Amino acid sequence: MTTLSKITFGMAALFTASFSVAVIGAQSKAPEEIKLPTPKPGQYEHKAPTLADIQNDKDLHPELRKVILKGRDLFMNTQQLRGEYVFNDMNCKSCHMGEGRMAWSGPIWPAATTLPDFRGKNGHVNSLEERIAGCFSFSMNGTPPAYGSDTMLALSAYHQYMAKGAKMYDKNIAGRGFGHLGKDIPEATTYANGEKVYQANCAICHGSDGAGKKFAGEIVYPPLWGDGSYNWGAGMTRIFTAASFIQNNMPLGQPGRLTDQEAWDVALFINSQERPQDPRYTGDAKETREKFMNFHNATVYGTEVNGKILGQHDNTGEKPFLKPEALKPRTFK
Amino acid sequence: MKLKPIVMIVASSLLIPSVFAASDAQRGQQLAMQGDGSGAPCLACHGANGEGNAAGAFPMLAGLDEGYLFRTMKAYQDGTRVNPVMSMNIDNFKEQDLLDLAAYFSQLSVPKPSAPSATTELLEAGEKLATLGNWDAYIPPCSSCHGPNNQGVDENFPRIAGQHASYIEQQLKAWQQGQRTSDPVQLMEAIAKRLSDEQIKAVAAYLASQPAQ
Repeated sequence: MTTLSKITFGMAALFTASFSVAVIGAQSKAPEEIKLPTPKPGQYEHKAPTLADIQNDKDLHPELRKVILKGRDLFMNTQQLRGEYVFNDMNCKSCHMGEGRMAWSGPIWPAATTLPDFRGKNGHVNSLEERIAGCFSFSMNGTPPAYGSDTMLALSAYHQYMAKGAKMYDKNIAGRGFGHLGKDIPEATTYANGEKVYQANCAICHGSDGAGKKFAGEIVYPPLWGDGSYNWGAGMTRIFTAASFIQNNMPLGQPGRLTDQEAWDVALFINSQERPQDPRYTGDAKETREKFMNFHNATVYGTEVNGKILGQHDNTGEKPFLKPEALKPRTFK
Repeated sequence: MKLKPIVMIVASSLLIPSVFAASDAQRGQQLAMQGDGSGAPCLACHGANGEGNAAGAFPMLAGLDEGYLFRTMKAYQDGTRVNPVMSMNIDNFKEQDLLDLAAYFSQLSVPKPSAPSATTELLEAGEKLATLGNWDAYIPPCSSCHGPNNQGVDENFPRIAGQHASYIEQQLKAWQQGQRTSDPVQLMEAIAKRLSDEQIKAVAAYLASQPAQ
């Protein structure tokens, strides 16, 4: 392509994007309408406690209350661990919206009621702390606080308190994780449509370059790709995970605003951009993809997009290492 | 991804008026004193220092983001913001005039907020809503878009800390009534329409009590 035709194409893409604003607007429901999936019959629902509940619960020992509140503070402002355990611009609340309390927004209490349990991602039985460690290793592009440390205790205490009154070991939970759209990417899903949806609905906050926005050094809108974002091993890189998250949570305050197809398209677009390396990288992205196919079958990592193999690089972002110590297999005899 | 940088350049040249560099704050000051030739000058309502007027629900303009001020004045001209007084007093300004006015008001230093007149209960309810939101009703905290301490982020997410409560109340109601549709992706409209009158009063009182920096 000559430079000139690239520019023409770029402008055409832009005009198409601005045209699609009107079309999308016309298809969408009223912005204030909250459209969320309906729980399936028999699915368990739990209303997680609020901040006021933590503050007013007479059953809590004052020391425990302090620990839970510390955990909440770390959850809402995880950047206080930047450079030690966190090496990108994310906070726990970036993906677990609404203080980690809300169904359809990655509620955290199910981790406390269903773990220890076997996890397919690492192929062994995980504790609650190990599950939190997973988020630090992948979504936060970092390394977890030590098991049993004050920071880990505070975070797990917040998780467990959010589960107060919830049924143990019931795994049929409404609005758990991100997956209501199913795992199969519809055939109609395209990068080009995703880019239009992105520019029309997401770029205003997350930027045309996906880098998010800071003000006075504080992260306001988290980056969706690039060095400041989640790495190639994060659950959110799975197209179905991102599609379900986006549809129920984005644009902020407008659950259900995008159609299913728009959510799939934009999830594919966002997750076709470069980001820090998967900590499980073998030195070859295609090989890493094959090795962890149980995970990467839902991502485009190690595949060719726009003429490049995604993830074929040594960039770990701000993190000065590839793999955290904590990521290791566990077996029982 | 070869295409992306070019799209970005084209996009940013459309979003950010390139004539910004040529805006003239001094000329803006003159225009603010003269008006658009057929109405009241800006200073009549917004004050000699851009401090606004709480009693009249005239917003403080001093120190607001330049791009936001320009975008807002354009919105009054194109009808995506409706206010009979503003529309009448601004309709004759040309684009360059608006750029100069935006430059002028954005450069004014921010006045200190007056002592809050609201009750402690109202301020506390407002603080709760503004800083924690009410997620069960899908009302995120103000700062999730308006930035740390609600000091604003850019031309789309203005500073709301220190703004007059009367004006914030009036604008949230304008969103509810469809008289303000200039917000990108209807981000504010969605939230405003979920707020009760009491919540609007509380959040406006709290934000007004907060220092603009």
